[in-house]
Amino acid sequence: MRAEEKPIGSGRLEVRDLSMTLGGKPVLQHVTIDFWPGHVHALIGPNGAGKSTLASTIMGLAGYQDYEGDVLLDGESLREVPVDERARRGITLGWQEPARFEGLLVRDYILAGAKNGSDEKVRDALLRVGLDPERYASRAVDKTLSGGERKRIELASILAMKPRIVLMDEPDSGIDVDALNRIFDAIRDLKARGATVILITHSLTVLKQAEHAFLFCNGKLIDKGSIDRIGRYFENQCLPCDHQDGRESPFPVRES
Amino acid sequence: MSENSTIRALLDSAGLHEPGTDAARVIVHGNRVIGSRLVRGLEVDARETADGIEADISVRGGVRIETPIHMCFGMLPETGKQHIVLRVRMGKGAAASILAHCVFPNALDITHSMDAEIEVGDGADYSYFERHVHGREGGVLVLPKARVRVGENARFKTEFELIKGRVGRIDVDYETHVGPRGVLEMIARISGRGDDRIRISETGILDGEGSRGVLKSHIALRDRARAEIHNRLVANAAHARGHVDCKEIVQDEAAASAIPIVEVNHPKAHVTHEASIGSVDSKQLETLMARGLTEDDAVERIIRGLLG
Repeated sequence: MRAEEKPIGSGRLEVRDLSMTLGGKPVLQHVTIDFWPGHVHALIGPNGAGKSTLASTIMGLAGYQDYEGDVLLDGESLREVPVDERARRGITLGWQEPARFEGLLVRDYILAGAKNGSDEKVRDALLRVGLDPERYASRAVDKTLSGGERKRIELASILAMKPRIVLMDEPDSGIDVDALNRIFDAIRDLKARGATVILITHSLTVLKQAEHAFLFCNGKLIDKGSIDRIGRYFENQCLPCDHQDGRESPFPVRES
Repeated sequence: MSENSTIRALLDSAGLHEPGTDAARVIVHGNRVIGSRLVRGLEVDARETADGIEADISVRGGVRIETPIHMCFGMLPETGKQHIVLRVRMGKGAAASILAHCVFPNALDITHSMDAEIEVGDGADYSYFERHVHGREGGVLVLPKARVRVGENARFKTEFELIKGRVGRIDVDYETHVGPRGVLEMIARISGRGDDRIRISETGILDGEGSRGVLKSHIALRDRARAEIHNRLVANAAHARGHVDCKEIVQDEAAASAIPIVEVNHPKAHVTHEASIGSVDSKQLETLMARGLTEDDAVERIIRGLLG
């Protein structure tokens, strides 16, 4: 833990029997998960399994607010809580493909969610994701930045915000090996400060940063447990898989 | 009101302090030149006319003026006309930039028009930044018209910005011809609201081999404001390169149209364009809201970025 930073306190997130239908298709079916402060969780599963949908629902994004079941933060329902208020309560999301903002400077982007913003905070956040503040702070978050640079700058903005719950969708997407290690450092830093970290990934490398793994398929949570055991499904690319067609999962949901 | 008080009132309205004594400046209130200071190599011959001024501005060949020349055109009364005729000559290899503030803080019915002829000599570098400061009522009709020639290896950049106060009505008409290896950049950033009307017509003609040009219009509209953008970039020579970029954010009952025209008349020339009109991008909005900004604050920040 960085000496100057105190733990950020509680951030217990509970997903309770969550179901959602989009365009007539069930995209989440009776999902129940507890996410714990100071722990790193990974949601894994094939494309279309419901991982990003769950993250968008937890964040409260537009189009993901009509669901059955509930999402609770420290025991309080988030059903009526809009996205910006969820963020002010400490939840935030890093997108798989971060947005581009014409004319918005990196420093202003990083400070958007930071309390008591300062140049020092911008500098610190950029250094933590391995970017030179002198080179990046005054650039725009636009198409002149590569996808990987935008990903790191987005993470810098998350770090400056000091969130309690961090959802990161494909944190390794478009990232080179050196930068990925910086991102893993940042994940460990968030965990050490007591944040609840939720990673969405297809990557075993990213999965290894987590302590708890949750396997999704076809909108269902089909298994959860240690990363070693859950990771084995993925080593075999989830094959054979006989629940993509909507049939009941052959795997009982179990703890390990 | 004394001339000094008028100068102070104009500068205050634009949020400006008195420039340092090393900076050249020309301040025009209505049809009177009420302040001027020249520097070596800069020549200004300004004459008062019935409803404005006529000025010849030239920078001698080889002279490079490092500090921007400050010009202020404005009117403090609520009504009136100000017509500026401007002839600018940049000698060979000269360099200068002009920061012009057009200040109409109390306008209810003011017409501010400009007819400019600008000649940027071979190897010269000329930048003209025009920032408008209007009042809350939007009672200004702004009619800037310029015809520009950019010489060989010369550079011309103009930025038109109206993001403080109400637009009223504005009709920009710029046409620039660019010589061999010359560079043109024309940028307009305007924020409209209420029943503001914005029309921009910018044309860049890349006549010279290896010339380059960018036309950029970024407009944000709210309420019932309307905008119509016509950007035309023509490439007539080998290795001429250009890009047209129109972006408009439209909110409330506002409406906008963008007509980017690209014309290529040489097989070795290349011109591209992009245009987007719409509400604030939902992903940008949700990204900032996921950091805790309210929707209004997030929209404001996105628009400020687009116009910044």
